[in-house]
Amino acid sequence: MAKPPRSPEALIEQFGPRLSFTPPGGWQNEATHPADKLVKTHCCFCGQQCGIQLKVRENMIIGFEPWEDFPFNRGMLCPKGVKRYMQSSHPDRLMQPLMRSEQGFRPARWDEALDFTAKRIREIQAQYGKDAVAVYGGASLSTEKSYLLGKFARLAIGTRHIDYNGRLCMVSAGTAYKLAFGIDRSTIPWSDIPKTQTLFVIGANIGECAPITTDYIWRCRDNRGRLIVADPRMTPITRNADLYLPVRPGTDLALLMGMLHVIVRDKLEDREFIRNYTTGWDEVAASVQSYDLSTAANITGVPPDAIEKAAHWMAKCDRAIAMHARGLEHQSKGVENCLGVINIMLALGKVGREGCGPTMITGQGNGQGGREHGQKCDQLPGQRSLTDPAARRYIADVWGIAESELPQPGYTAQEIMNAIHAGEIKALFSICFNPLVSLPDANFTRQALSRLEFLGVVDFFMSETARHADVVLAGSLHEEEEGLGCSAEGRVIHWVPSITPPGQARRDSEIIVELAHRLGRGEEFPFRSPRDILEELRVASKGGVADYYGITYERVDQQKGVFWPCPSLEHPGTPRLFEDRKFYTDDGKAHFQVTTWRPSGDPVDQDYPIYLTTGRVISQYLSGTQTRRIGALLEQYPEPRVEIHPRVAAQYGIQDGDYVAVGTRRDEIVLRAMVVRTIRPDTVFIPYHWAGVRSANRLTHRTLDPRSKIPEYKVSACRIRKVAAPDPGPDDRDARRNGTGTR
Amino acid sequence: MFGYEFYIDPSRCIGCRACLQACEECETHRGKSMINFDFLDRPSTINTVAMVCMHCDEPTCAEVCPADAIKKGEDGVVHSSLKPRCIACNNCVLACPFGIPKMMQDEQQMMKCDMCYDRTSIGRRPMCATVCPSQALAYIPPEEAAKRPTKPIQVFRFGNQIITTKVAMMIPEAFDSVSIDVADYMWEGNGSHDS
Repeated sequence: MAKPPRSPEALIEQFGPRLSFTPPGGWQNEATHPADKLVKTHCCFCGQQCGIQLKVRENMIIGFEPWEDFPFNRGMLCPKGVKRYMQSSHPDRLMQPLMRSEQGFRPARWDEALDFTAKRIREIQAQYGKDAVAVYGGASLSTEKSYLLGKFARLAIGTRHIDYNGRLCMVSAGTAYKLAFGIDRSTIPWSDIPKTQTLFVIGANIGECAPITTDYIWRCRDNRGRLIVADPRMTPITRNADLYLPVRPGTDLALLMGMLHVIVRDKLEDREFIRNYTTGWDEVAASVQSYDLSTAANITGVPPDAIEKAAHWMAKCDRAIAMHARGLEHQSKGVENCLGVINIMLALGKVGREGCGPTMITGQGNGQGGREHGQKCDQLPGQRSLTDPAARRYIADVWGIAESELPQPGYTAQEIMNAIHAGEIKALFSICFNPLVSLPDANFTRQALSRLEFLGVVDFFMSETARHADVVLAGSLHEEEEGLGCSAEGRVIHWVPSITPPGQARRDSEIIVELAHRLGRGEEFPFRSPRDILEELRVASKGGVADYYGITYERVDQQKGVFWPCPSLEHPGTPRLFEDRKFYTDDGKAHFQVTTWRPSGDPVDQDYPIYLTTGRVISQYLSGTQTRRIGALLEQYPEPRVEIHPRVAAQYGIQDGDYVAVGTRRDEIVLRAMVVRTIRPDTVFIPYHWAGVRSANRLTHRTLDPRSKIPEYKVSACRIRKVAAPDPGPDDRDARRNGTGTR
Repeated sequence: MFGYEFYIDPSRCIGCRACLQACEECETHRGKSMINFDFLDRPSTINTVAMVCMHCDEPTCAEVCPADAIKKGEDGVVHSSLKPRCIACNNCVLACPFGIPKMMQDEQQMMKCDMCYDRTSIGRRPMCATVCPSQALAYIPPEEAAKRPTKPIQVFRFGNQIITTKVAMMIPEAFDSVSIDVADYMWEGNGSHDS
């Protein structure tokens, strides 16, 4: 049973998180030991994929320099980018494989660890069937690795259950864009943002989660563009909003349908565009009929005239863009929410031309590239469908196997954890995923993990999930392996390796290929480098929607990024989609989709009267495995606090800094209050990057969107009460004692 | 950098602190950030401001220095105190109307933003303005700054002290200068007292 072999305290003592405060050799070291080289590559934290130059000396990353020639960010970086280099040469870095023993984790030889992993996978499959083993991937993996992992799961392991942590991130948007447009990508390059006249940002904390996009928005305002922000919180970009819509958590769809109602009522739709390039308008127009302003206002808590003004501003201009992110997508109607945005943009004919379009803001490092080439449960490379017979035949040919050998679609990420909990799945091989922190209902996840008969983890740090593992394979950081990434814009970029993995740690792709060989499928995994994988990926994606055939490392370097689809080496790439008004659907038209309002899966009531919404802070990334180890970032926002409006705080006798127990139908956690007027009084907010007793995901629930299967992180029902300061738990230890250096 | 000027535009600041983190990565003072950053009043607002040295034409810090340790270059950049001269008396720290100089206790020396002299003197942009994701700190040609909906001011009134600066603060278009003293906004007659 996959339970941590030692106490959390002991494991933290051994593996961290410890805080790294200084570069290798200390702050002054560079003066006497300057860098040997500057490597132009990218930040590993978030889907913006900013260009950055890493300073390298003797196979260590000792600092950074802005990369001002990279067109997306032109040298700009957020604090995570600035301190990105501190994850390297970290005292917590796993340097060799580890295997669990009675006494704790013991170092193992690679052969032993890999042989054991392969043996356990095959034993469990022999006993319980092929699909008793599941694979978890992640959207911070390079595109090559995510391609490799999809092939590895289906061919080498032979399971249908592979999914990835992008299931917690981009799938609502992806599902909606595929339904409407037949393609899962931002419809615009970011250079369109400053050119638009009305910019509508809904459910996107851009200042903190996509910081560089702020500059694009401010430049839009410099050009006298108008900014509308819809969010339950005044996020940092709201400071310059021309119109702020304080939408109640989970009610975005009603806001969007209310806006479309106004467009229909006032006959503001673009009839010619609708007639020539779309299907399904009449049904959608009819479906918003009952969403008049007072209905929409009552559901959303946004004033009727503000909803009307937003609709008018979007309609009564030549160019408008609507941007959305997890706020909209992390709901049990996440797909419908995105469709609500798309319906508005299609109705207005603001698609497929400069300064126009709906767009999603991809969150994870390779959130775009990682969801294109087959690590999703229902997907084959090139954004092909695993259920499409032609796609199956094509990929089976590329892989040199019989089509019948390709499994059918398996479970999504949360469904895999549910099946582990239910005993249906017995083994898990996980890379680039920390489900114990990032999946909802963390106590359920912990229970599920402890029921596994085998857990194999590839990671560079001992994540909270890896503590449950039978085998931890020491993998590689972003800067240690070559690969492609794809940014939020759809720009394919080149992660140039700066250093090699330290100690006995290995490149992730090498580990997976080694395992494939041990599982008896070495013939299909002849790869000796990421370049070999890319060559196969190019062919596998050829003719698919996400066509990478024309993309090589050299072209990406030369063009500073290539926008896919890029079907040939001569093709320039496709920064803006649909310029020819042709969509990637069967009939070439954009498809309006009817949306239906329904309440959240965890409704507020008398016992749980307050909405809980969760999200990110600028100084942390995802489950914090990397960023909770970087001292400067942790100091910036040291612990999760619960944001509460003063009106509610007064009602409960809570003052800023008081300890507050936040309870939901799952669990209760205690955090300090941050009393601010920048959140709706009926809502509290907690960032989710922390583990253990302060993990926001102990509170969230496992309701999924029926189509995208994304969890509803943005809407839970909770109650709060003031409490005394708790005893510090194991996660509250002052990790700094063991860290490197001082401030 | 020829033709480039430094602008601070608090209306663009998103409070990310990339400037603060990047400043301490500068080679001449690695590990020490010279940026001053604050939430204005977090309970009520998300507004934040990041400040670099304003590089005054007549620097108060230099004027009050008893050791003549603070020098302004011909290019208008006001430097950290000269280590051999600085007596760590804190006069500059107390006197600067913008609150910029920092006393480094370990070194017993005042250090401050020198507009990344090591970078700007060789044609590069200052670190903070290079990384700033919102370009609230911007090192740009004046023509570019003129396109913004805010306007630059370089005159500040602190009571009877009028300070002109090299660095510009971007403020709403309706204002010409910034004063924090109510008296500066009052009509006190034309000087003759008819009672």
